[in-house]
Amino acid sequence: MNNDLKSSNSGASATSSNVSSESGLKRFGDKRISDILVESRRASVHRQRIQEFIIEKLLFAGGIAAIVFIALIFIFLFKEGIRAFFLIKPIEFIGTYILDFDDNRIFACMWQPVGESGKYSIIPLLIGSFLVALPATVISTVLGVGCGIYLAEIASIRIRDIVKPAIELLAGIPTVVIGFLCLTILATFIQNVLHTTFRLNAFVGAIGVSLVIIPVIASITDDALRAVPNELREASYGLGATKWETIWKAVVPAGISGVTASIILGMGRALGETMIVIMATGNAALVTGNIFSSVRTMTATIAAELGAVPQGGEQYCALFLVGAILFFITFALNLIAEIIISRMRKKLRL
Amino acid sequence: MSIGKRKIFNTFFQGVCRGMAFLVIAALIGILVKVVANGAGVINPGFLWKAPTAGMTEGGIFPAIFGTVCITLLMIILAIPVGVSAAIYLTEYAGKNFFGRIIRASINNLAGVPSIVFGLFGVGFFVLFVGRGIDRIFGLPLLFGQPAMIWAAATLALLVLPVIIVSTEEALNSVPVSLREAAFALGATKWQVVRNVVLPQARSGILTGAILSISRGAGETAPILFTGCAYFLPRLPVYTIPYAHIPVINPLDQFMELSYHIFIMATQSTDAAATRPIQYGTTLVLIALTFLLNLSAIIFRIYFRKRSR
Repeated sequence: MNNDLKSSNSGASATSSNVSSESGLKRFGDKRISDILVESRRASVHRQRIQEFIIEKLLFAGGIAAIVFIALIFIFLFKEGIRAFFLIKPIEFIGTYILDFDDNRIFACMWQPVGESGKYSIIPLLIGSFLVALPATVISTVLGVGCGIYLAEIASIRIRDIVKPAIELLAGIPTVVIGFLCLTILATFIQNVLHTTFRLNAFVGAIGVSLVIIPVIASITDDALRAVPNELREASYGLGATKWETIWKAVVPAGISGVTASIILGMGRALGETMIVIMATGNAALVTGNIFSSVRTMTATIAAELGAVPQGGEQYCALFLVGAILFFITFALNLIAEIIISRMRKKLRL
Repeated sequence: MSIGKRKIFNTFFQGVCRGMAFLVIAALIGILVKVVANGAGVINPGFLWKAPTAGMTEGGIFPAIFGTVCITLLMIILAIPVGVSAAIYLTEYAGKNFFGRIIRASINNLAGVPSIVFGLFGVGFFVLFVGRGIDRIFGLPLLFGQPAMIWAAATLALLVLPVIIVSTEEALNSVPVSLREAAFALGATKWQVVRNVVLPQARSGILTGAILSISRGAGETAPILFTGCAYFLPRLPVYTIPYAHIPVINPLDQFMELSYHIFIMATQSTDAAATRPIQYGTTLVLIALTFLLNLSAIIFRIYFRKRSR
């Protein structure tokens, strides 16, 4: 404070050094020195207020940037995505009539953008995405919730201090590395064990993706369970429950909203995962329910095709539409998870 | 249920949970061991310091390492000011008001946006809208409006923004309120309190966030696929200032990158099987890089939490 005052009225202090400053009543020109000091102090307070105002607005701009960019992502995806509806008939996003080998007109859902007339059915892509994301969510729910329970309730503090960072490290492995290992090692292993027709299939991708979302589910479950008040555990033990009964019938139900939210968030991550699925799922746009067949997800389609398409064309807009759909789905999942978490926070505070 | 059965259940299910946790750790160790075992053989100074040769089937990965370092530096320069100021605004100024809540909600959503969507946005907004816009306004030939390091870095910066904001917020919140109150009582203004009291205390937390976001950014591939990455470049993305002969990073050039290198070599190389050693070597370098960063962030955070306790 003092420093600021001194520097901001250096003019006044320079002049006041001319006169002896033994008493505030000394006059300088036709003004009392104390008046000059008060005035300059007022000016410096005024300047400080302006400075404060500007800084607050600058920081505010930083905060607003997050809103602006979410809005821009929304606008730019949908701007290009909507154009797809003008270039391609909306029904073609579901399927088109094609001639089969016996010249019968059949309604087929195909994603086949290259060729004379591109076919842009997003059905196989949606199926592909969910065929990877659902098994991945199931696998990582089992493992992630198990890890979360272990970390929050069972592990001693010393083991926890090792296991938790290790799980965080797993989350830090670049997805392209996991994809690469799925492609080279896991796919061969799974084919040798299960004798699948396709070496690269949705199941291989699902295992890879689950490695990415287990840490997400584990750490949020851990947080949610640790937020459960201790009275609940003590009451349960007091009634004669074993440790597992306490965990399963008292703690987990109390923290169930956090666990649910973590699973939903994990599912959002699974749907949005790109590098693992593009490397490990085979990328064949098939309409199938078999998790051991090759599939093509929405993310892999965008990643594989956007680099090679002319800007503004049919396929370009169709890819943006796929991106917009993906964005919408993950946005909705995140929103649901966030609402659940904020409700849980409110409930626990009460 | 008899007591014996309950006891068995108790031990069994606790064991199951423990087993799951160790299975996950085993997967982590398995990944590391496999990468190190297959990749360590090719790591030598030549691999790290030379450019790829013979149609990418031989030689080193120096351009990819260089590109990764350049782009993460550029990314962090772009992301830190915005992220830290957003976090300061949220913790010190906004509190729980309307804007604060909306900003928090957008940050959470930004964190959940799939990385490939960032890639799409990077193309649609940074390259085609901003880049082409600059070219049009200044009447330039195609200079900004094409995939380049600056646009890839901007896209990545957007991706790591939530990481920086959340960890900075955590760091700022861990500074005791009593310190702030003491400073206010001495007559300091809000900004003086933030600058002289809160920020110095939160420095290590902010650094942790920066390290984490660098490691996240270095490992991401999807956002840079179309915003500036190149399969192979015969030169480094370096611009030499004429007359002075000082080389500087050229943000308008394309670049090679480690994670993209792994992806492209594993899936679209002329002979993917023959170049497996190179792929594993690159993977080892990338994993070592991100691991060191993550590990230092974790150690930093443990140290920082202990001190703040």
